[in-house]
Amino acid sequence: MLNGKGILFDVTLCIGCGACYQACKEENDLPNTNKEYLKDHLSENTLTIVEQYGDKYARKLCMHCNEPSCVSVCPVGSFKKNEFGAVIYDKNKCIGCRYCMQACPHKVPRYEWGKTQPRVRKCNLCSKRLKEGKLTACAEACPTEATLFGDMEKLIEVANSRLKNNPTKYYQHIYGLEEAGGGHVLVISPMPFEQLGYTAMLPDKPMPELTMRAMEKIPSVVAAGGIFLTTMYWLTKRKNQIAREEKKQLFKSENRNNGNKYHEEL
Amino acid sequence: MKSYDFLKPSFWKIISAIIIIGGLYSTYNRFAHGLGASTNLYDTGPWGLWIGFDFLGVGLAAAGFTIAATVHIFNIHKFEPIVRPAILTAFIGYSLVVCLLIVDLGRPENFWHPLIMWNVHSVMFEITWCIICYSTVLTLEFAPVVLEKYNLKKPIRILKKFSIGVVIAGVIFSTLHQSSFGSLYLIVPGRLHPLWYSSLLPVHFFISCIGAGLSMIIFESFLNARAFNTSIRMNILSGLAFAILIDLILEFILKLTEFIAAGKLIYLTIPSTEAYLFYLEVFIGTLLPVYILSNKKLREDRKWLFISSVLVISGFILDRMNVSITGVAASSGKNYFPSFDEISITLMLVVLAILAFRFVVKNFPVFTGEKSLQIIGRERSAKNSKQLIVSE
Repeated sequence: MLNGKGILFDVTLCIGCGACYQACKEENDLPNTNKEYLKDHLSENTLTIVEQYGDKYARKLCMHCNEPSCVSVCPVGSFKKNEFGAVIYDKNKCIGCRYCMQACPHKVPRYEWGKTQPRVRKCNLCSKRLKEGKLTACAEACPTEATLFGDMEKLIEVANSRLKNNPTKYYQHIYGLEEAGGGHVLVISPMPFEQLGYTAMLPDKPMPELTMRAMEKIPSVVAAGGIFLTTMYWLTKRKNQIAREEKKQLFKSENRNNGNKYHEEL
Repeated sequence: MKSYDFLKPSFWKIISAIIIIGGLYSTYNRFAHGLGASTNLYDTGPWGLWIGFDFLGVGLAAAGFTIAATVHIFNIHKFEPIVRPAILTAFIGYSLVVCLLIVDLGRPENFWHPLIMWNVHSVMFEITWCIICYSTVLTLEFAPVVLEKYNLKKPIRILKKFSIGVVIAGVIFSTLHQSSFGSLYLIVPGRLHPLWYSSLLPVHFFISCIGAGLSMIIFESFLNARAFNTSIRMNILSGLAFAILIDLILEFILKLTEFIAAGKLIYLTIPSTEAYLFYLEVFIGTLLPVYILSNKKLREDRKWLFISSVLVISGFILDRMNVSITGVAASSGKNYFPSFDEISITLMLVVLAILAFRFVVKNFPVFTGEKSLQIIGRERSAKNSKQLIVSE
């Protein structure tokens, strides 16, 4: 799934100005949540953040996975991938089980805990703007092109060439290309990614495969279970029947033998 | 005079009343002000006590399908007298879980969505459907008890025609969703502590629910005998205890081989809250009861049988709470302890479940103990004597 649109975030270019953070708030009509934007957390009212690690800054947002856990786990299909590759959420379907929040390998989805009709909140890659042919709000606002928006193929090309041309400047890995099956948000940085708060140690395979390995056994469990139980029912029933008949016959023959004895007793 | 007995205050009645009033207040709080105001759940720890309790309600109800299968499918009729208590337990357990789920869902008014909005890749979707189907099965399995009381013979006869099919369906649905509760966590290898995370989680959940469910029946039989002054059928309960023993040993071997194969033994040597809780869980829920139950004398002793059933149930509770709360605590970066409302709603539902159980047992023929068997025995001897006459 390399077609579609995405974001490339280059840590070496980010100056921590918070323009993306502000633009996201404006685009999504979100209230201010923290006076110091660098100390804010992802929340129902904050869909992207800029975090400070020494003199480096790291953006966090939904990674728009190729095979998203949230899409896979939602019992009612509230999440789906759209034509741009963005993972979008339909509040009208949601029942509020919060499995998406539990399952997300990047711990991205947030919840409107304070409301009586809460929604799950996360970045939707500005899908409304993309439909109008625009960039995402964060990419448009970024003054240094640290956040780059474009076709996935081109972004991967750019990332690869930057790593290749500046091997000393960059840690030689594109975060988000293969983690948890990869996604539409890529990060390159001068240092290992766990030092910037990105979830480390994620398997390269899509997370939903872990579930599918168990789920795909269900049809055979049903079939084998049904056959086994039915057979056992007939077998044990037959066995009991035979045992009963044998007993009866034994009883009868005993009767015949001891008939007189019983007769006298009766 | 006798009919006013239930108004007489007693220690447990007062406690129950307080718990129910507290629970009702918390329920109001939950629905009027939302989950944030009533629970201690948060963004990176979105599941808490209620999910844990769902595991317990369903897991401890597992005797419903195991006993039904033993008696109706494997035709081991020795266990017939405990079929009804097992099914009633399951029925009440599942009702509790459904109520708790309604409280726990962020949008309870949408609870019916899985019926028409399908996502077959979702474990949660599969569980929802299995619970709906199995609740229907339980209703059909328990219906004869109610119908018997009002002497409605025709519906009973119709139900009997389908009973084997219903039991088989029930066993399959149960196998699926009991194990699927474990599958829920397959997708979070980074979140659940490796002491509990395993690709065999569904198998663990399935095996452990059997032992716990059967222990629940032993536990109930003792309480019931005390409350209503009826006798305990030790030969049946000892039979159950033997099944529990095998189940526990199987579970232990599976866990051990899995720990060795996955190289997880190292986690046992690292001192941590998780490791201590894991030791506690294995000691209380597996090793101690295996030690008690493997001794035939103790297995046939009332006191020890009761103690071992309490141990197995406690170990099971600890295990499920560890998976749903403590096992994911470290990765969620915040310590979770259930709020007053979470605890009080849970307690209220437990009290209501106990009251419902007592009510049904008191008013319907559930624990068909010694008496009915005596009657059966008398009928049999009557039949035999008839046969004697005929054979003459």
